Amino acid sequence: MDRFLSRRTFFAGALGLVCALGLSIAQAADEPADVFIKRVSSDILDAIKADKSIRTGDVNKITLLVDQRVMPHVDFLRMTASAVGPGWRQATPEQQKRLQEEFKVLLVRTYSGALGQVSDQTISVKPLRAAEDDKQVLVRTEVRGKGDPIQLDYRVEKATDGSWKVYNMNVMGVWLVENYKTQFAQEINAKGVDGLILSLVDRNKANARAAK
Amino acid sequence: MPMACLHRRWRVGVLALAMLTAGCASGPNANPKDPLEPMNRSISRFNDALDENVLKPVATSYQDVTPELVQKGVRNVFNNLSDIWSTVNNGLQLKGRDTAESLMRSVVNTVFGIYGIFDVATAIGLERHPEDFGQTLGVWGVPNGPYVVLPLFGPSTLRDTASMPVDTSADIVRNLDQVPTRNTAMTLRVVDKRASLLNATHLLSDAAIDKYSFTRDAYLQYRRNQIYDGNPPDEDDLVDPSAEPTAPSAK
Repeated sequence: MDRFLSRRTFFAGALGLVCALGLSIAQAADEPADVFIKRVSSDILDAIKADKSIRTGDVNKITLLVDQRVMPHVDFLRMTASAVGPGWRQATPEQQKRLQEEFKVLLVRTYSGALGQVSDQTISVKPLRAAEDDKQVLVRTEVRGKGDPIQLDYRVEKATDGSWKVYNMNVMGVWLVENYKTQFAQEINAKGVDGLILSLVDRNKANARAAK
Repeated sequence: MPMACLHRRWRVGVLALAMLTAGCASGPNANPKDPLEPMNRSISRFNDALDENVLKPVATSYQDVTPELVQKGVRNVFNNLSDIWSTVNNGLQLKGRDTAESLMRSVVNTVFGIYGIFDVATAIGLERHPEDFGQTLGVWGVPNGPYVVLPLFGPSTLRDTASMPVDTSADIVRNLDQVPTRNTAMTLRVVDKRASLLNATHLLSDAAIDKYSFTRDAYLQYRRNQIYDGNPPDEDDLVDPSAEPTAPSAK
């Protein structure tokens, strides 16, 4: 009986989720890129502000937040592939999968430290300079808090389902993908794709050890 | 007298760099932006060791011990001093509005902010527009030149290194008459600067696979972004290697 009940609640919950998802997709359908960025980043900022354990660097919590609220809006395949560069096409599907996984862990770990500084910041989106039917758009924002405003820009593309996906971002003018490109190419040239995967794994292990 | 001395030292330094540039064998894999990589790498190692053993511990304890309000005041004073030099450089770059705002900032903060201790200007909506002479040269079309890591100072480019004496000669702190005050102020400025970067450098060593090239690429992008005031033109279109094999003739 208990089991049945919990199953029913589960289904009801799942139904609700599907509805909410449908709604958010419908809402996203013809949303301009700047509105999309504003909505998603405020949503994430609110989630961080609401949860103290995220700000103190609880990696599990942060990973959960990233998986639920960030990754659905990111074309991480494209991000990883561009960072890896020409070497991407030499990689087997299995290697490509591993590269994405390890790259994600690396980014989550690195930026989780920065989340501790989130307090009263707000995001202001600058006026969009793009035509209405542009498929790839640069959205420029500023994080305003205590000190000087911090420049935070995103490159977004329109996916086939009409939603926007982030495929690159920059902090104070430093583009994420470009900044990994040279290092990744260096590793691949010296030690091949597996060598790059290994370096990423090592880096992640070292970071995890340092966090303890 | 010490000023002239400094200038000579810089001139010798730049000359030495130029000679090194000419003499440095760039291998087949050399990065065109970084022909001095082997030398830069060893200077980076020196800087890192120095930072790890001296500067970082000092900056960390400064951050831990000094009340936040005091730290903020110290930072504001140095920012105010640099706003004056930014005014000049904004002027040299013919940025009318930014020049006026920087000038207003210095005046407002010096008078109402008590020598810059309080940043009143930001509160009333006057934003900072930091500019140095290297940026001014960049705006007028002087290229970066090779990437250079300077002992003690860290990442730079040949252009920025060559323009440093100009920034130095206009530096109010360095031109203070009283030697003990000047030395204290200069030390405090370095410690404050390092303290403000503690989080960033922590992130850097976590994020990088090769810290040297990560720092270099970040610095060059950051500097380019500064010269274009946060809005640089695209260098090259980002190709998407993940998309190419699947849809060669989709559009």
